[in-house]
Amino acid sequence: MDSIISIEDLVFQYKRDDLMPEEPAVDHVNLQFRPGSFNAIIGRNGSGKSTLAKNINGLLVPTAGSVFVKGWDTTDPDKIWEIRQSAGMVFQNPDNQLVSSIVEDDVAFGPENLGIEPGEIRRRVDESLYAVKMYEERKKAPHLLSGGQKQRIAIAGVVAMRPDCIIFDEPTAMLDPNGRQEVMDIIQKLNGEGITIVLITHFMEEAAQADRVIIMDKGKVMLDGAPRDVFAKVEEIRSMDLDVPFAVDLADRLRRRGIPVPADMITDEEMVDFLCQYKSRT
Amino acid sequence: MPIQVKNLTHIYSEGMPYQTVALEDISFELADGSFVGIIGHTGSGKSTLIQHLNGLLKPKSGNILVDGLDITDPSVKLRDIRQTIGLVFQYPEYQLFEETVEKDIAFGPLNLGLSEEETAERVKEALELVGLSYEEIGQRSPFDLSGGQKRRVAIAGVIAMRPKVLILDEPTAGLDPKAHKDILRLIRTVHREERNTILLVSHNMGDIAAMTDKVLVMHKGRMVMEGTPREVFSKTEQLIVMGLELPPSSKFTESLKCRGIDLAGLPLTIEEAEREIAGWIGKQ
Repeated sequence: MDSIISIEDLVFQYKRDDLMPEEPAVDHVNLQFRPGSFNAIIGRNGSGKSTLAKNINGLLVPTAGSVFVKGWDTTDPDKIWEIRQSAGMVFQNPDNQLVSSIVEDDVAFGPENLGIEPGEIRRRVDESLYAVKMYEERKKAPHLLSGGQKQRIAIAGVVAMRPDCIIFDEPTAMLDPNGRQEVMDIIQKLNGEGITIVLITHFMEEAAQADRVIIMDKGKVMLDGAPRDVFAKVEEIRSMDLDVPFAVDLADRLRRRGIPVPADMITDEEMVDFLCQYKSRT
Repeated sequence: MPIQVKNLTHIYSEGMPYQTVALEDISFELADGSFVGIIGHTGSGKSTLIQHLNGLLKPKSGNILVDGLDITDPSVKLRDIRQTIGLVFQYPEYQLFEETVEKDIAFGPLNLGLSEEETAERVKEALELVGLSYEEIGQRSPFDLSGGQKRRVAIAGVIAMRPKVLILDEPTAGLDPKAHKDILRLIRTVHREERNTILLVSHNMGDIAAMTDKVLVMHKGRMVMEGTPREVFSKTEQLIVMGLELPPSSKFTESLKCRGIDLAGLPLTIEEAEREIAGWIGKQ
């Protein structure tokens, strides 16, 4: 099996009774995600990112086209629990995802619903809390934790289901810089352990950490490739009301001043290296 | 009408096991028409401080003088404080509640006791200031709008009270890049048109550096630094110890410094960084 998730000519249209049929939220999208890959999806609000994500684990089902998770069709009612267990989702607001008054109970909620026996649940809860570095806080009440910690508990709840893939829908949008860093570290770590990641974000620096960046606009995939290839298309990205990482913006400005900065710089470190070498040559 | 905060101290759950000193002996002054930023780690006391400025919390000790009037005095009417100091909370769109955009924005002015006519005028003006059209959305439900539009309507509700001081707590949190830029532009417009004092609380150091003329730094309930953005962001080590970030341009300049390249100025924005680097390379 080459792809863990296969999206084939997906169209999704929200039903609105009071209006004329609108443009579809997702418009003929084809995407394949390889096992163990780290994929970022960016796009302005209303570009179809979240709708696409909800189609992946069957929270929404296609208006046309198909979505397969590990070969299972998301429209197959007999497979929906396998699909949701394989492709877990983490949302923007941690407060909307926590259901229990004790951290470890919250993490146990998913596995309990899968009907797993208690000893195994205990093992999974501990393992998941270690994975998100929250084991020490296991007896605490979630509302006493910071935003970043709450989001890590929400992630642990998904990890406890032993998913092959986790879809993160703007997981850092409501967090402060430290919380964002904590969550990004955990995402990197889970990916390092082989979990396929689909990360929806508005932070370009986060997207630049992925192996692949997909840019959506008006329900369609506009750009798709390695971060350095995608972010090289500065003009196109700006025309979609998006930003580029700081180093890409700076490189673009210096190029306009006649400094020959190579096209594929995306991190501060690369820019610093280039500037040092360039200065020593001239 | 400057605001003077003198020796403000606030203690949560005093006398209880969880007693915490949230604000400790804070003093500062906001000059008329200034644009001031407040930065600090989560839990440093920023929100507690701004809730005092708006009269939502009363201090354990200390004073807040607005136009010579001490608003910490229990006899001061909250309505009088609200008329002078407007507070836009984090995620203000969660507080929209009316059937139409017009009614939602009118709620504040009507509560101040303004006439229907005066209120109607202010609603239109506030909507225009936040870049929305009264004709297009005045009669629509605020819940049908996009995230960025909802936030602008919520801000308009505060602006319509024409506060002399407008406090915004993380006004761009959770927005996409376009809506983020729109909100910043809106704040600049309001500042220019209303000539009011702006107090911006943000974790986005790039925004703070680019927009404010003075920065207050809070740490563990204390005011530990105060100065122009250039003064504050040049104290790199101190900020890092407090767990605060630098603006992206300053961060980049710091990495250059580690490699022995010292740019003469301290670029706070990408435009400044571009100029400094081009100058250093010798291509103006």
